[in-house]
Amino acid sequence: MTGETQTVSPKAAGAKQYIRPVPANWWLKRKTYFLFMVRELTCLAVGGYAVLLLVMAGCARDEQAFHAFFQWLESPFSIALHLISLPMVVYHSITWFNLTPKAMVVWRGEERVSPVLIAGSNYVAWLIVSFLIAWFFLGAA
Amino acid sequence: MAKSNEPLWWSLFSAGGVVAALFVPITLILTGFAVPAGKISEENMSELIHSPLTRVYLLVLISLPLFHWAHRFRYAAMDLGLKGLGAALPLFCYGTAIAGTAMALFFLVRM
Repeated sequence: MTGETQTVSPKAAGAKQYIRPVPANWWLKRKTYFLFMVRELTCLAVGGYAVLLLVMAGCARDEQAFHAFFQWLESPFSIALHLISLPMVVYHSITWFNLTPKAMVVWRGEERVSPVLIAGSNYVAWLIVSFLIAWFFLGAA
Repeated sequence: MAKSNEPLWWSLFSAGGVVAALFVPITLILTGFAVPAGKISEENMSELIHSPLTRVYLLVLISLPLFHWAHRFRYAAMDLGLKGLGAALPLFCYGTAIAGTAMALFFLVRM
C-alpha cells in the first residue's frame, strides 16, 4: 500500500457539492440561448409527426379506420397542426445541415474541405430527396 | 440508465436527426397539405401505404425520429429544470421510442 496516492472523493469526505442555482427561464435571457432552446424543442414536432405516422400505420389495415384517419387529415385541426409543425421541422433540417461541417471535418489531402461545401451538399441532397419523394407519392397517386 | 448506454442513444439520436432533416418536411407537406388539397386520393394513399417500399420507409420514419426525440427531449427537459425526475425521465423517453418502434413493426408487418 505504500507509495500509492489515495484519492478520496469529496462526497465520501462528507463535503457538499455546491450547485449554482439556475433559474428555469435562463434560455429567455439571451438570443443565442433562446435559439438553442427553439432548436432543441423542434424535437417535439419531429416526435409528434412520428406518432402521426404510427397512427396512420395502425389505421391502414382497417378500411373504416383508414377512412376516419384520411378524413381527419382533411380537417382544419390537422392542417393547423401541420402548419405549426412545418416551420419547426424545417428549422431542424436547417440547423442540422449547418452543424454537419462542424461535427464532420473532412480533409482532402492537406486541404480542409470547405464547411460551405459540406453544408451545401446537404442542402442539395435535401432538395433532391424532397423532389423524389413528392414525385413518388404524387406521381403514383 | 447507465452512463455506458450514452453512445448507443447518441447514435440513434444522430441517425434520427439525419432522417428527420431529409425526409420529414416533404412527407409532412404531403400529409398536411397535398391530402387536403385533393392531390392524393384515399384509395391511392391506402394502396401506397401497403406497398413494401413505403412500409420500410414508414418504419424508418417512425422509429429513428422517435429516438431522436427521446434523446433531445431528455436533455431539453433537464435544461428546462426537470432534473428532479431522475431516472424516470430517460426511462420515459427511450421507453416511448422503443414501444413506438415495436408498435410500428407490428402494424407494418401485419398490414
